[in-house]
Amino acid sequence: MTIALETLNLEKTFGGLRVTRDLSLKIEQGARHALIGPNGAGKTTVINQLTGVLKPNSGRILLEGQDITDLPVHKRVLRGLSRTFQINQLYPDLTPLETIGLAVSERLGHGGDWWRRMGTRNDVNDEIADLLTRFHLLDVMNEQTVTLPYGKQRLLEIAVAIAAKPRVLLLDEPAAGVPESERHDILAVVGALPRDVTVLLIEHDMDLVFSFADRISVLVSGALLTEGPPDQVARDPQVKAVYLGEEAVNV
Amino acid sequence: MTAILTNLFDGVAYGMLLFVLACGLAVTLGLMNFVNLAHGAFAMAGGYVCMVLVNRMGWPFFAALPLAFVSAAAIGIALERTLYRHLYTRSHLDQVLFTIGLTFMSVAAVDYIQGSSRVFINLPAALQGQFDVFGIGIGRYRLMIIVICGLLTIGLQMVLAKTRFGSRLRAAVDDPRAASGLGINVPQVFAFTFAFSCGLAGLGGALSAEILGLDPYFPLKFMIYFLIVVTVGGSSSITGPFLASLLLGIGDVAGKYYVPKMGPFVIYTMMIVILIWRPNGLFGRALSPSR
Amino acid sequence: MNAASDVGNHAQRQARWHYGEVAFWLIVLACGFLFPTRYLIMTDILRLALFAMSLDLILGYAGIVSLGHAAFFGVGAYAAGLLALHGIINEPVLALLAAGLAAMVLGFATSFLVIRGVDLTRLMVTLGIALLLEALAERFSNITGGTDGLQGIEMQPIFGQIPFDMFGKAGFFYSLAVLFLLFLLARRVVHSPFGLSLRAIKNNPLRAAAIGIPVNRRLIAIYTLAAFYAGIAGALFTQTTAIASLDVFAFERSADLMLVLVIGGTGYLYGGLIGAVVFRMLQELFSTITPQYWQFWIGLVLVVIVLVGRQRLHRWVLYVPNLIIKQVAGRKAVVAVPESDV
Repeated sequence: MTIALETLNLEKTFGGLRVTRDLSLKIEQGARHALIGPNGAGKTTVINQLTGVLKPNSGRILLEGQDITDLPVHKRVLRGLSRTFQINQLYPDLTPLETIGLAVSERLGHGGDWWRRMGTRNDVNDEIADLLTRFHLLDVMNEQTVTLPYGKQRLLEIAVAIAAKPRVLLLDEPAAGVPESERHDILAVVGALPRDVTVLLIEHDMDLVFSFADRISVLVSGALLTEGPPDQVARDPQVKAVYLGEEAVNV
Repeated sequence: MTAILTNLFDGVAYGMLLFVLACGLAVTLGLMNFVNLAHGAFAMAGGYVCMVLVNRMGWPFFAALPLAFVSAAAIGIALERTLYRHLYTRSHLDQVLFTIGLTFMSVAAVDYIQGSSRVFINLPAALQGQFDVFGIGIGRYRLMIIVICGLLTIGLQMVLAKTRFGSRLRAAVDDPRAASGLGINVPQVFAFTFAFSCGLAGLGGALSAEILGLDPYFPLKFMIYFLIVVTVGGSSSITGPFLASLLLGIGDVAGKYYVPKMGPFVIYTMMIVILIWRPNGLFGRALSPSR
Repeated sequence: MNAASDVGNHAQRQARWHYGEVAFWLIVLACGFLFPTRYLIMTDILRLALFAMSLDLILGYAGIVSLGHAAFFGVGAYAAGLLALHGIINEPVLALLAAGLAAMVLGFATSFLVIRGVDLTRLMVTLGIALLLEALAERFSNITGGTDGLQGIEMQPIFGQIPFDMFGKAGFFYSLAVLFLLFLLARRVVHSPFGLSLRAIKNNPLRAAAIGIPVNRRLIAIYTLAAFYAGIAGALFTQTTAIASLDVFAFERSADLMLVLVIGGTGYLYGGLIGAVVFRMLQELFSTITPQYWQFWIGLVLVVIVLVGRQRLHRWVLYVPNLIIKQVAGRKAVVAVPESDV
């Protein structure tokens, strides 16, 4: 099996605090891999290092065997590593049509095109139409994003990430904060992602994790606690202790 | 050698003055993330109050200085309560536009009331002239500035580090939401700090009339200096702006003395080099980007 | 109609010419024939409009706040003046382009400073660059004429055919032609994927990078283009008034420019044009009330606009035109919606 995304001994400190400790992850091609862990385990910090928002203090990140540790954010995207954000990170003034159009244009290398009008390239239009349809956004394509219902915004968030045609997709809590009524759409969309896309899911919702993932890594205090198939992780007493402990605190 | 030391002395005095003028700006920016380009207008207000009290009403200079502080602080708190507080959550662009508008109004208003020419504050004889220490020319007025501003700086540092108010202020800077959760009255801390910043600017304006010159265009002329102090020094502590002020003061004085033809370019060049090297300032942490 | 062509249609919706726009330009053109005695002030408005459009490109589309846009205006103005004064390039249109390119080079060089750091750094750097240039122009007074400015500029006929006349008629139509051509270019640019990516960057720089937009490269490009526009505006200033003095760099010029754009609204290109007209009328009005202190009123206008809220103000201003269009055209038509600033 080939490895799609790999980290080697990743370290990140903020001030004196070690938020990522000697983290080595291997995510296999086509996997549905979940990264879970209690609040403050450093999941989002890991994502930010994978995508290039944060630089690790030491350690390497490999995408399909290539070292991408020093690449800026946008270059990683063009290499096939895309992400969604935990809290919607969209363009409030732009419409879904414009947002997806932009992502598709960038991927096809037309993003810097300053002379041709938007909407005059058929290859771009076809893809936009396809994405708008798949993500149930066709009816709202001309509305400003800020006016969309939250569920639609989450769908757009995922659609934008998919528009980059990633080979590895990082999903950061895709269903967080979505009302129950709109949740189904999102789960369906996530479940229907093509199998050749490798997915790393960062999630709090255990139902979603166990229904979706075929492999789970558990992160505690920035370090890898354990890793394995879902049933094995579910039985792991250490994992139970961590989650029970957290629930005890939460209650 | 003595010329170097005299220049260094003048530069330090100039830098200290800039610090008192600009540190309020650093605080409002760090605390409230508010870009107050009208900061110089408060300095000007203090300067003119001092001038009127001393020249027209015959007050002693040292009695007029506290009044310069108080009047600028009073104007500050009045504007904070009525206008500024509505703009804390607005975009930086709105804040810039608003404070440029205020600056223009203050310039025209002072021009209308006091005329456009430069004004001087009558100084007591004790502050005039200079004396020599080992051949180094020490201006009496500049020495006074160093003493006053030095004491103020130490005082400020003590207040911030040691007092209850200081710790509340730092808490509010770090995280306003958490601070209000802890029972700190954040709007009150803001208002008080804003007034105090304006007061310091007013005091600085009164002190600077002799050295920087005081006329209605003061807020516009020195806007860039204040901005340099804050961007180069950062706004997370007062040490940064303090060192930046000294650097700017010494650099400006030395530049005007040694390369008079290139006078103003020295500080601009310094500023550009520093910002290429450290985009977030010499001592700064990254400010939050525009909202 | 299938979904793809439907999408294409909708994507081009913004880029299509509206009746209101055609009417706008016809009215501007008509002014040239209706008010033959007012060419000088109208030319002045056109220049200001072009200058404001330049700021709109970076502020309204890319979200870069600048306090020193006069730097590029000034470089364009002096470049055009020096070219004409020393007879280096006599043909005005070529000189105009050369002056624009000079400003563009400066824009490109300084863009690297501007794109780094936060709003405050940008404010200081832009303001600092304009002040630095002003000081340079004063220092090298043997070249720039110092406080007296460049004097004795004589403009040659446009294309060697059309001379500048003393009533400013040729100057007006020349400026109008330049403004319109550059407007067409800007319109093209903002409706391209490139223009859209700028709006994305302004909305959310972090996410812009996360969909593969090279943020810095785009910002450098638009800043450079805006500098070109401002340089052209400055060159037009020199060419149509035959003077260039230190105040082309003044802070007040940059600040007034902000007001122009604030009045007109940002992010739809017409803001600068409409703002320029209103601003000049306000200026006339204020200087008849208090000749010396009109700046006070300009300041007051800024303060009031911000306190009322720019968005709200534009909704009020556009209420009537939109109502009329709704009645006449019978559809939900919008004259122009300035973009909200995030």
